[in-house]
Amino acid sequence: MLKGETPLPQNGHRRNSMAAITGEAEAEAPGVVFVHGSPPFGLPFKDRLLSRFQLIHTSELAESSHVKVMLCMDHTPVTSQTLHKLPSLECIVASSAGVDHIDLPTCRLRGIAVSNGSQAFSEDVADYAVALLMDVLRKISAGDRYLRSGLWPAKGDYPLGWKLGGKRVGIVGLGNIGSEVAKRLVAFGCGIAYNSRKKRPSVSFPYYADVCDLAANSDILVICCALTSETHHIINKDVMTALGKEGVIINVGRGSLINEKELVQFLVEGQIRGAGLDVFENEPIVPRELLELDNVVLSPHNAVVTPEAFEAMQELAIANLEAFFSNKPLLSPI
Amino acid sequence: MESIGVLLTSPMNPYLEQELGKRFKLFRFWDFPSADDFFREHSKSIRAVVGSSFIGADAQMIEALPKMEIVSSFSVGLDKIDLVRCKEKGIRVTNTPDVLTEDVADLALALILATLRRICESDRYVRSGAWKRGDFKLTTKFTGKSVGIIGLGRIGSAIAKRAEGFSCPISYHSRTEKPGTNYKYYPSVVELASNCQILVVACALTPETRHIINREVINALGPKGVVINIGRGLHVDEPELVSALVEGRLGGAGLDVFENEPNVPEELLALDNVVLLPHVGSGTVETRKDMADLVLGNLEAHFLNKPLLTPVV
Repeated sequence: MLKGETPLPQNGHRRNSMAAITGEAEAEAPGVVFVHGSPPFGLPFKDRLLSRFQLIHTSELAESSHVKVMLCMDHTPVTSQTLHKLPSLECIVASSAGVDHIDLPTCRLRGIAVSNGSQAFSEDVADYAVALLMDVLRKISAGDRYLRSGLWPAKGDYPLGWKLGGKRVGIVGLGNIGSEVAKRLVAFGCGIAYNSRKKRPSVSFPYYADVCDLAANSDILVICCALTSETHHIINKDVMTALGKEGVIINVGRGSLINEKELVQFLVEGQIRGAGLDVFENEPIVPRELLELDNVVLSPHNAVVTPEAFEAMQELAIANLEAFFSNKPLLSPI
Repeated sequence: MESIGVLLTSPMNPYLEQELGKRFKLFRFWDFPSADDFFREHSKSIRAVVGSSFIGADAQMIEALPKMEIVSSFSVGLDKIDLVRCKEKGIRVTNTPDVLTEDVADLALALILATLRRICESDRYVRSGAWKRGDFKLTTKFTGKSVGIIGLGRIGSAIAKRAEGFSCPISYHSRTEKPGTNYKYYPSVVELASNCQILVVACALTPETRHIINREVINALGPKGVVINIGRGLHVDEPELVSALVEGRLGGAGLDVFENEPNVPEELLALDNVVLLPHVGSGTVETRKDMADLVLGNLEAHFLNKPLLTPVV
């Protein structure tokens, strides 16, 4: 595989030429994996890895110049400096769904293959997107707050919410997660349309090449796409104006997919109906104005945080590492 | 029809109230210091009662209003109406089925998701500033979990359809097994509870289904189990539910209804593993208007001697 010929290789491992000629198997010693960062929530992952691979940790970076594969845990940044210290690196297995914390341009230049974990999380994130949407429309958190404050006997019925059935949902990014969101909302009687980099020929939902056009034809926008330089602030005041005063935005992608300042302004001024946000531009800081609003649902970046998602993530990461060492295609290349 | 006396039992909907006021001679039950005061003054003027899930038409009211011809309920539930007495006296009864099915089913799913994924608790976590001090916690995945539904009528079926979108295996209990579904039937609620993780109450409240969720059912559901109630408060033995939640014998609950609304057991207010809503099942702008139009349509049909739109009796 020539460097620079394809964006990112799907299979990161290049067998040494001697083994290729003689047909000899690779050495029996377990593959060496550089573990960058720690598993989230202190989850026990190391034991499973140790039973299969030899591990080198960030603290031993100096001795890692020969390492060919990195397991990047959670959102530990992989900068050009990190990459510079790993001259033999051929593959990065990222545990998380998003890979915006990895210097992808440098990876491309060096022919380093990257795989991510979004397959492992897509159901949980889709569930969460629907949960946030239902909360905004039916005022679940706000109603629960109202009841717990003792206002039901005092002030009577809580203000009405809005029906989900029949609403037009625009999905921004119809990847693993976006597809699962669509599948769930169809069962609630929603219409689905989408925007993504390219139209998906096997998908029957209407496609809009421009996010503003999608917004103009939607009542609800669900943001599920990856954060890249192209999608930074893809949701801005033009999109929100197109969405309109009865529009609802749900973000389970990355905070910077939305121009947060403009979102806050639209919400405070009632220029959109509400928002459900699991991610923010500068976590864990949340704009103060949002903390005072009843028409937003705020979540501490928790969409993937279930035991099942982490179990699946670990299995997927291990499967990608094993694929690398067996010279097979990565299971979830980005 | 402006001379026809109609009694509105509670301030259930401003649009409905407004329209009733335009078309009929409207009496507002809550304008009077007591029921007796009202009956004393106006008992002979009332030909129709518009009731709700809060106040319907019980035996006392029916006896007190000799000219009553029709009860038009702003609800699908009929548990607050003495149907037997209405039948005896030839009083017509209508309700609001179908128009609210989707919203109530949606709310059941919203409660399941909010309870399992701890959405309300997460929102509190952010608003209190706690996120700045550390990550929240693991929550329970919904997709693929087993859902058991008590009552597979319009609402129960709609809940099943939505849960299938999350790949949940569906099982149910009802008075009789329903042909033509792929869902597993259990002849008793305890067996249903033993074989599912999320138990949803979606049946009508009758003397038979009162406290259908009792200690035995709750124990069968277990410490990882979740009760979701979008039916009536009386479907659940509330003190048993509360003690099971407080003691950890039940994993969590999402409740839209309570035995004695608007009063909610104080112990529940202190729990993080419950979601508590002030009876908002059909509470959307769109659906309440549809319900109101159905009430108005039924009353008009009755007084114009046309067939009722959604008669029960």
